[in-house]
Amino acid sequence: MKIDCQKYGVHFKDLNDYIRNSLEKRIDLENCIGQRYIGAAISGKEIYINGTPGNALGAYLNGGKITVYGNAQDATGDTMNDGEIIVHGSVGDALGYAMRGGEIYVKGDSGYRTGIHIKEYAEKKPVIVVGGVFGSFLGEYMAGGIIVILNLNNCEIVGNFIGTGMHGGKIFIRSEKPLKNLPGQVSCNVASKEDLEEIKRYICKFSSVFSINCDIILNTNFYVLKQNEKNPYKKLYAAN
Amino acid sequence: MINYINPQYEVERDADRCIKCRVCERQCANLVHLYNEEADKMISYSEKCVCCHRCVSLCPTRALKIVKSNNTFKENANWSDQAMREIYIQAESGGVLLSSMGNPQPFPVYWDKMLINASQVTNPSIDPLREPMETKVYLGKKAEETVRDENGNLVCNTPVQLELSTPIMFSAMSYGSISYNAHASLARAAKELKIYYNTGEGGLHEDFYEFGANTIVQVASGRFGVYKDYLEAGAAIEIKMGQGAKPGIGGHLPGEKIVGDVSKTRMIPKGTDAISPAPHHDIYSIEDLRQLVYSLKEATAYKKPVIVKIAAVHNVAAIASGIARSGADIIAIDGFRGGTGAAPTRIRNEVGIPIELALASVDQRLREEGIRNEVSLVVGGSIRNSGDIVKAIALGADAVYIASGALIAMGCHLCRSCHTGKCNWGIATQIPELVKRLNPDVASRRLVNLISAWTHEIKEMMGGMGINSIEALRGNRLMLRGIGLTDKELKILGIKHAGE
Repeated sequence: MKIDCQKYGVHFKDLNDYIRNSLEKRIDLENCIGQRYIGAAISGKEIYINGTPGNALGAYLNGGKITVYGNAQDATGDTMNDGEIIVHGSVGDALGYAMRGGEIYVKGDSGYRTGIHIKEYAEKKPVIVVGGVFGSFLGEYMAGGIIVILNLNNCEIVGNFIGTGMHGGKIFIRSEKPLKNLPGQVSCNVASKEDLEEIKRYICKFSSVFSINCDIILNTNFYVLKQNEKNPYKKLYAAN
Repeated sequence: MINYINPQYEVERDADRCIKCRVCERQCANLVHLYNEEADKMISYSEKCVCCHRCVSLCPTRALKIVKSNNTFKENANWSDQAMREIYIQAESGGVLLSSMGNPQPFPVYWDKMLINASQVTNPSIDPLREPMETKVYLGKKAEETVRDENGNLVCNTPVQLELSTPIMFSAMSYGSISYNAHASLARAAKELKIYYNTGEGGLHEDFYEFGANTIVQVASGRFGVYKDYLEAGAAIEIKMGQGAKPGIGGHLPGEKIVGDVSKTRMIPKGTDAISPAPHHDIYSIEDLRQLVYSLKEATAYKKPVIVKIAAVHNVAAIASGIARSGADIIAIDGFRGGTGAAPTRIRNEVGIPIELALASVDQRLREEGIRNEVSLVVGGSIRNSGDIVKAIALGADAVYIASGALIAMGCHLCRSCHTGKCNWGIATQIPELVKRLNPDVASRRLVNLISAWTHEIKEMMGGMGINSIEALRGNRLMLRGIGLTDKELKILGIKHAGE
């Protein structure tokens, strides 16, 4: 089913009501002009978006797939629990905030606080793959899951405060040059073969989704960032 | 190493009464009591005592009492025992001081400086035993105008509301900070009382989904256990922006408390720290708050009212005005005496303002701006009895949140040691042997008793004022008078002095 977002009704409430109540599995949104909360908490649907969706795209997403042919804005995949979000462009700040499951693939760059406080549980392991580079505070308070930064344009990594407060999960950053200015809670090493094996399927998926050669990416240097200690704040307190 | 810290309490055992049954030894998770076989006597290690009175209450011969130690540092009005003790602890550990429950400092309690009115001669008081008395409250946004269709019939345009049989709710305490049995007790009592309890930020245990119609589910910055089923399970969703006991800082449940079902309910692995960052990092403005409010409304198809909970801080009136414009249905304000399972001592003791002043200024501000109907106001931190509730409603609250009071009803003795996780009363602990000491059948009954008694007292006080509906008491500040307050305090509270 095709919906012309401008024709159907500009307000997000009407648009989302329509999506929520639609019995069709596939929904195509044309001329999307910033409607917020598209696909909030839904599951089992495939939404294809032409244009630019507004903030909180796929918030609490519980399954299914959202594809954006363009850029997405802030808080994409906020508290996402399952499913897939694919963005053929760049995204704004706080991508995948507190995400617990599912996968997000972004062809271009991502803004500040990408993957902040993402966490994993049991079989749920959130994955964020960004083709370009990222703003500061990547993986802040990260508690689980995987973030992969492919840096396909081989930029110098300038995002500050990577993994501040990190207490779980792994961040992979493709870079020839060592990373600078990392906070104390984070350990940084060149990714081993086993490390790369863990993210291979996500990189291959990225490659097939955006038609980019997988081997070129895999045969270069990645750094892997992890927490330094399991409970980084444990020694902070004294019982009074 | 020299131990600079003296025991604060001493265990006094009446040797004539003690029958060496060793109940005290078995009951104390802090290992204060020990039976010495050689000497055939009970020995007490007072330095480990937190004064929770578990042993005192369970001693079959009443042989025990806990007294404040009269061992003293050289007295000094500036350098108190507590001030010195804290320095010793920090000099030894290098740690941030961690405490539990609400602000214990001797700041003014304004509830105790307000008096309630009663009718004499000119309008009759009402006897609640004889006449109907309405305590039912609806929380949520109220429609701005009455709309009628072409036939003159009313169009029901009231946004979704929470219905309470009495203006009292159990405020947020997470599963993790309190035990399974404590949650079970609150949930059962809320259902029976036709009110609500609040999950706190630790998710909702699968066993308690059946109490959904009486549950408020909380969404905090850590988003623990938040997903579609959880959001849909509750009757309302509360966004936790702040907490009275620790305004401006986040939460941190240490890894050792993330065990078994707590891990499952929070949806994080066992043994990992549950850290809620101080701010929601997607909320830096009222516009951003609006985004979270509406994302939750979208996720639940506009069927649930959204509460925004904040701590009472200096600019609370302006902040509340912003929240009322964010699309939230209810604002919950938590005063600086609100409890906590753990907070840095300095934050708990030095940050925030009394709820009485915050409530009065928020209600006043919202009325001045003509947006009071946009939100309901719920206040907590701390409400200790039905008198506090009547005063809160007269100052402008729609309902109150209680938590410390509810815990005390369940058996808490306010020993303020929740952060140790060794609650002998089975409330603030995850240790299975301790948790099972709290019987939800008994504890929920005690909660129902408390709220029923308070509700009756509220009716008595309303009746005394000649008011037969709680709606007519709300914001009725003429029913209050201040006692021993300055002009400034009276002005903020919006009340006259006693005798005026």
